[in-house]
This record gives sequence, C-alpha cells and structure tokens, in this order.
Amino acid sequence: MTSAASAKSTKSTAVSAAAGLKMRKETNLWIDAWQRLIRNKLAVLGAIVVLFFLFLAIFANVIAPYPYDLTNFADAYQSPNATYWFGTSPLGQDMFSRLIYGARISMLVGVGAQVIVFFIGVPLGAVAGYYGGKVDLYLMRFVDVMYAFPTLLFVILIMSALGTGLTNIFIAIGLTGWVTICRLTRGQFLSLREKEFVTAARAVGAPSRRIIMAHLLPNALTPIIIAITFGVPNAIFTEAALSFIGVGISPPVPSWGQMVGEYQQYLRSYWYLATFPAIAIGLTMLAFSFLGDGLRDALDPQMKR
Amino acid sequence: MLRYLVERLIWLVPTLLAMALITFIVMHATPGSPLDPQAPNANPLSPELQKNLAEKYGLDKPLPVQFGTFLWNALHFDFGFSYQFKSRTVSEIIANTFPVSLALGSMAFLFAVVGGVTLGVLAAMNQNSWIDYLCVFVATLGVSLPNFVIGILFLLLFSITLQWFPAVGWDTPRHWVLPTITLGLGQLAIIARYTRSSILDIIRSDYVRTARAKGLSNSAVMMRHILKNGLIPVVTILGPIFAAIGTGSFFVEQVYSIPGMGKFFVTSMSSRDYNMIMGVILLYGVFLGIMNLIVDLLYGWLDPRIRFD
Repeated sequence: MTSAASAKSTKSTAVSAAAGLKMRKETNLWIDAWQRLIRNKLAVLGAIVVLFFLFLAIFANVIAPYPYDLTNFADAYQSPNATYWFGTSPLGQDMFSRLIYGARISMLVGVGAQVIVFFIGVPLGAVAGYYGGKVDLYLMRFVDVMYAFPTLLFVILIMSALGTGLTNIFIAIGLTGWVTICRLTRGQFLSLREKEFVTAARAVGAPSRRIIMAHLLPNALTPIIIAITFGVPNAIFTEAALSFIGVGISPPVPSWGQMVGEYQQYLRSYWYLATFPAIAIGLTMLAFSFLGDGLRDALDPQMKR
Repeated sequence: MLRYLVERLIWLVPTLLAMALITFIVMHATPGSPLDPQAPNANPLSPELQKNLAEKYGLDKPLPVQFGTFLWNALHFDFGFSYQFKSRTVSEIIANTFPVSLALGSMAFLFAVVGGVTLGVLAAMNQNSWIDYLCVFVATLGVSLPNFVIGILFLLLFSITLQWFPAVGWDTPRHWVLPTITLGLGQLAIIARYTRSSILDIIRSDYVRTARAKGLSNSAVMMRHILKNGLIPVVTILGPIFAAIGTGSFFVEQVYSIPGMGKFFVTSMSSRDYNMIMGVILLYGVFLGIMNLIVDLLYGWLDPRIRFD
C-alpha cells in the first residue's frame, strides 16, 4: 500500500514539474520517509539481505533439505559438495540446513527480544517522563546502576544463572535492553509534555491516558523506532556471542554463534564449518546496520550523522 | 578539583556495592551451588560431603552473613579460594591472568585510538575522497562485525591460508598482532567515525575560517585550531571504549586461546564459582570506574570550559 502511494506521488510530482508548477502532493511522515529510504542504495541493499534472511527463517522447514538435528555418521566431515552445499558437521549433520535454521533463531531473537524491550522500556519511560517526581527519581537511579554494569557482562551473568535456552535469552536481553529505550522514552516525554499541544489537550480535559497514548506517544515514536531498529542487530549479536562462549543456545538447536564457537577448533582442517556461520552473522549484522542507518536518515533527516 | 576527585572516588563505593549486591543476588537467586555445578566435568558429591564442604566454605550461613563476610574479606583483597581450581585462590588466578588481559587490552586500546584518530582526521580532511570512503567502509565493518567473527576470518586468512601469524598462544610479539587488531578494530571504527564528524564540524566553523582568512598556514590551522578542538569530544567516548574492550576480551581470548582472565571468568560462570565471579566482576568495576574518572579528568584538563564543581 505504501509503495503504491509513493509511486503515485512520484508520478504526480513529475507531472506537476512538467507543468512548471512547484506543487507537491499531500504527504505525511511515513510516505516521506519511505521515499528517502528507497533512494538510499545501501539501505535498500540492507533491506534486501534482511528480507532474504527473514524468508529463510520463516520457511526454514520448507527450504532446508534435511532436519537440523539429523545425524548421519557415514557422511561426517564432508567438504561442500553437490549433496551437502555447505558440507557436513562432525556428526554428519547437513550444514546448509543448520545454517537455514540458524537464521530462524537469529531472527527470532532479534525481533522477539526487541518486542520485549519495547513493552518494558516504553511504558516505564513514559510513566517516568510524564509523571516525574519520586517514581522518576527512583527509576532513573536504578537505570544509572544498570548502566554502570557492562551489558554483556550482565547478560552472561544472567544466562549462566538461568541456564542455556531460547526463553532465557529473551529474558536476559529483555532485562538488560529496556534500560536504553526507557531512558530515551523518558527524555522524549519530558520535553514533549511541556509543549503547547499537550497543554491544550489538558485544557480541554483530556485524561492522562489519552494524552499519553494519543498525543505524546505518536510524537515520541520516531527516535524509539530508530533505537529499536538498532536494537535488533544488537540482540542478534548478543545471542551469537553468548552461544559462542557456550552460555546461549545449546546444540542440537542450531545457532550461528554456537556453530562458530564449537567448530572453531576444526578451522585448520575443515575451514567451512566455522566460516559459513561466521559469514552469516557478519552479513546479517552488516545488513541491519545499513538498514538502520538508512531508516534513521529517512525518519529524521535533521539528525546529524 | 581535589574535592571533585575525592567525591568521585567516594561515589565509586556505592556503585561497587550495588554491582556486588546485584551479582550476589543473581547468583544465589537461582538453583545450584558451586558444590554441585552443572559443568560437564564436575564431580557428583554425596549429600554428606556436600554438607561438610558447605560448612567449611561458609555456604550454610544465611545469605546476608555470607555477603557481609565477602565484603569484609574483599576489603582485605581476599576473595577466597576458587571453587573450580581448589588449590588456588582467586587472587592468585587473577594475579596470573589479569596482566595478560591487561596487556592485550592496552595494546588494543592504543591501536584503536591511534588508528581511529588518524583515519578519522585523514577522512575529514579529504572529504569525499577515496580515503574518506575507506574510513566509512572500515567504520561500518568494524562497528557491525562481532569481534569473534572478525577473529575467525583473520585466523582463516592470515594464519591458516597466508601463514603470516601463529594461530594460538601468547608467547612472542608475533602472537600479539592478530588478537590486538581483532579486539581493537571495532573500537577503532567507532573512534574514526566520531573523530571524522567532530573534525568536519570544526573545519566548517567560523573561527577556522577566520584563522585561514588572517593568513595562517595550513599546518598551523590544523594543529592549533582544528585538531586541538576536534579531538576533545573524542575523549568522552573513551570510557565506553574501555568497557567494550574489557568485555570483548573474553571472546578474543577464546578465539586465539590466550591465557587471560576472560576464559577463567566464562568457566567460573557455568561452574558457579561464586568467589571467582565476584572477584572478577568487582575488578572490572574498579577498573572501569577508575578509567572513567581518568577520562573525565582528562576531559576537564583539555577543555577549560568544563568545571568540576
């Protein structure tokens, strides 16, 4: 729908330019942002790669030629070949299938963790920023203490306490990640609540809930969306890093980071085992940063780079 | 100034206390104890033996008492025995491994600062030239690629395929090259990006135009006006850079099998080596706190507009 709208508006701009009129079709933030985004080649490239991995993640069970945990010792340690495109693991598992299912884990963690972060960070930040006072004071003291802790250190600590597994990764990233979003939302709300339109809303008797939901939140949303976009690769990185040192996802569930960590010892003889998952992590992270940079520039053109 | 210094040092105490308390609570809030770790090579002990050992190590006492004992001993730099390496104290292990991590971290830090500032300045001075694009390219790669991914690719390229550098170990300077670059590259990228935009801001400022207009030579403008002012904001990001190099070290040490503190820390986590975990986390806390303090002091010294009171 958005793409259709943008195509239409480009066309009409062209027509009016031809007629010598400098009129612009009615637009809004999202159409504008979309047009800026698709003009950014790197961002489009990033988006294509991200969509590709998302596609792999969603249809992993259809695309993967073998189940990720199927072991076949007769075929162990095979170099990439026609049957096994990316070779086989020491247990004779098809690396291609494991890589595809690995995309599922990465995307799940990336998106899922940010959903949790959003629903913890935004409400807390909104309450702190809107009401201020004691709640704000205590919450921000707590946030400061959390900031003093190196995030990765804290995540490792939580993971080793909870044990490995996908749910625990969600919990660990959620528990640490909300801090940034909370602070950001609070800052936005603090400055927005003094604006005239909020005073006006209050003057006509709008309840706090409506002021927060209908007036403050939509205006605070842009920086939050940008932060969330950068949070996705961060979460993917965290999962990969945790699994790499062995406190994230445990085999046989295939995680790229876990594969890099486990197969690193075979690097000299079976280079493809650790290299392909490492490249998959690298590609995903790069694609998300291109997309994130593009989104930031598109949504907030005034923001300095 | 002195008052500020003392105040900051005093503030370090509650921060460390909070870190210790959070760590303590997280460790004890979950099932398992150092006596029955879930580590793969752990010895299963009979309940009798466990009880005796718990008594010996004071693990049977109420938690607040345990925390108090820990604090009291930590004040005397005594972190107790490591539960996983029974014959060695935590202080001993840290004394053996911390220097290695510190050496790696310092080299990576130097590499990141020198390389990042150089690249950033060159890029800003030659905006939209190939060197600028190189800077942006390196910055994007370095910021987005996790260091263990860089490490694996470096190992494959420089030590296995080209055989320029040894793959594992920490014995000779040749061993130091790849780990240092791997650990520093991400931070180099951040510094380069930051330096570039900061210098670009300054180049366009009015006082630089004035300096050029009054006929100052290019190098004088560069040294006295642009670099001096452009590098001040860069100092502010050194604090987070220390933290990132500290935690990044865990992964790089793992990739290159370096006998540093990171490896012990990771294994101490899964075997619930309470003493080791507390010791290492507090050491990080103290180290980061002091580094942040130094950065802030440096910042104030470089920029006279900053007041410490």
